Amino acid sequence: MERHIRVLVAKPGLDGHDRGAKVVARALRDAGFEVIYTGLRQTPEQITEAALQEDVNVVALSLLSGAHNTLFPKVVNMVRGKGMNDVLVIGGGVIPDADIPGLKEAGVAAVFTPGTPTASIIDFIKANVK
Amino acid sequence: MANESLQAKMAAYTAKVEKAAAKNPERQNLVPNRLYTPLDLEAFDYERDLGFPGEYPFTRGVQPTMYRGRFWTMRQYAGFATAEESNKRYRYLLEQGQTGLSCAFDLPTQIGYDSDDPIAEGEIGKVGVAIDTLKDMEILFDQIDLGKVSTSMTINAPAAVLLAMYIAVAEKQGVSADKLNGTIQNDILKEYAARGTYIFPPKPSMRLITNIFEYCSKNVPQWNTISISGYHIREAGSTAAQEIAFTIADGIAYVDAAIKAGLNVDDFAGRLSFFWNAHNNVLEEVAKFRASRRVWAKVMKERFGAQSPKSWMLRVHTQTAGSMLTAQQPDNNIVRVALQTAAAVLGGTQSLHTNSRDEALALPTEDSVRIALRTQQIVAYESGLADVVDPLGGSYYVEALTDKIEKECWEYIKKIDELGGAPAAIEKGYIQREIQESAYRWQMEVENKQRVIVGVNQFQIKEKPAEGLLRVDASVGEFQKSKLAKVKAERDGAAVQAKLAALETACGDEHQNLMPFILNAVKTYASLGEICGVMRKVFGEYEAHVSL
Repeated sequence: MERHIRVLVAKPGLDGHDRGAKVVARALRDAGFEVIYTGLRQTPEQITEAALQEDVNVVALSLLSGAHNTLFPKVVNMVRGKGMNDVLVIGGGVIPDADIPGLKEAGVAAVFTPGTPTASIIDFIKANVK
Repeated sequence: MANESLQAKMAAYTAKVEKAAAKNPERQNLVPNRLYTPLDLEAFDYERDLGFPGEYPFTRGVQPTMYRGRFWTMRQYAGFATAEESNKRYRYLLEQGQTGLSCAFDLPTQIGYDSDDPIAEGEIGKVGVAIDTLKDMEILFDQIDLGKVSTSMTINAPAAVLLAMYIAVAEKQGVSADKLNGTIQNDILKEYAARGTYIFPPKPSMRLITNIFEYCSKNVPQWNTISISGYHIREAGSTAAQEIAFTIADGIAYVDAAIKAGLNVDDFAGRLSFFWNAHNNVLEEVAKFRASRRVWAKVMKERFGAQSPKSWMLRVHTQTAGSMLTAQQPDNNIVRVALQTAAAVLGGTQSLHTNSRDEALALPTEDSVRIALRTQQIVAYESGLADVVDPLGGSYYVEALTDKIEKECWEYIKKIDELGGAPAAIEKGYIQREIQESAYRWQMEVENKQRVIVGVNQFQIKEKPAEGLLRVDASVGEFQKSKLAKVKAERDGAAVQAKLAALETACGDEHQNLMPFILNAVKTYASLGEICGVMRKVFGEYEAHVSL
């Protein structure tokens, strides 16, 4: 039987813009992934807990408020701290190009900015989930 | 039949072009008809459907002379980092000829948390200015005469607190509340459905809103007590018709709540205002603005029996569509915004914010904001679009489209009524699902190129990373926290506690209007987080039901 990739789509911080998160969640589901969406205003602790509970392969963070440099690395650290070493953490939103190298250094595997086709996200996940 | 000859000619035209189109196919998937004629307006009645500007049903505009009297208010939404920084930006914009202020608050402020709350980490000053106490508000409006300027504040769940702070600052400037002009967004229903900065559950939230209606009708009579917003519903992905339909349904819920609270409809309805999105499809947007005025006029007159013409008018602020800005080739956004501006002006908006070219990347720089403001000034002074009232009135296409959007809007309102009104429809997830469906359809159309977005899925170029973006310094958080600590050390702690206790008691008594209690607390420099904390304790917090 084919293994289903499990993805947690999460909204860290206080940002309420979830059009992108919901569109991505639905596209991932249509691509055959199992998708859990956290809803708004999740702390890094809550996201980590949900990732553990749901035994996901991917944590996909969406943030448009500008708090990504604080919150994305925090999620990566907590996820790793809980021993989820193979879980792929990716992010998306209004994120200036200049911030992307720093986020990658902090362990975010990929950052998808506005205008990205959902197919690119799907391909990236398929290629990189261990 | 009078139109027999026209019908025959139309049939001949259709036959001819179908043949031609078979050889040279037309562009696919276009929704409107190819051509509009009087045949599309057979039921059209000028006096009933349009009438005159400034008269029921206001299809042609809410003022008799529209922009020949004066232009719309040019109001750029701004605010970032600290009150000190934002005050500088406001004064810059006023010097550049902007005619009203529009305050953006950071997310902790919008959700009722102080800057020193752990949940605020990373968010302080990011999407707007951080306001913790009256002290910040005093700095924000330093050297700006609140008796002269009109100020719009994008604040919802804690709207009562920010309005109270504004009133208190004005008082310190020697300006009495009855002289104040401006707007608070104060629209909680769209927060649940589309924008996400809710705090309290629907019932106490609706109480706060009706408390504000009542308080302002007596004390701040020129204030727009709510801006019932379709903007964010559209940004979340809705269609044009859904934008106005869901928003008018929200408006119906607010009017219902206020009447239920014992207010007379004509005492508050004239201060209700709306907020529309100006999206890319120019003529569809114009039709949307026109249809929305006609629907609201009918709702207020026929459904609620309002007597005053002021109660029938849908006055609207507009913002160009942020979600239509592209991160790719960002200078192209200047052109998009110019077209969206044209739509808003042809649609008859009362005020307008134009987005800046770099906002798909970050908050706008001063240069970008100036170009956005100049775009409005060019449309106003050079384009001629503002010279005639409702210049597209009578266009076969625009009138047919206005009718079509109106019809779709009524169908949604009927459906929402059947679900028990907007709050129930939101509770059931109906409105959210409708918006999500439209958002997903849009995205798929872009991905399969049924919908072309220039620079995104066609006409791409290799680009260098954007330079010179505005960055909010991380030190803003620390600065804001130390300012708050200083205020807390210097204020009269006993007075703060007494006023917070009085507010808590009042929250427990449904018959109390909370505005005077909040105003008293604000004046003691009780913080936004403390005041919202008291209300959280009594009212609890809203828990969203998520469905995909």
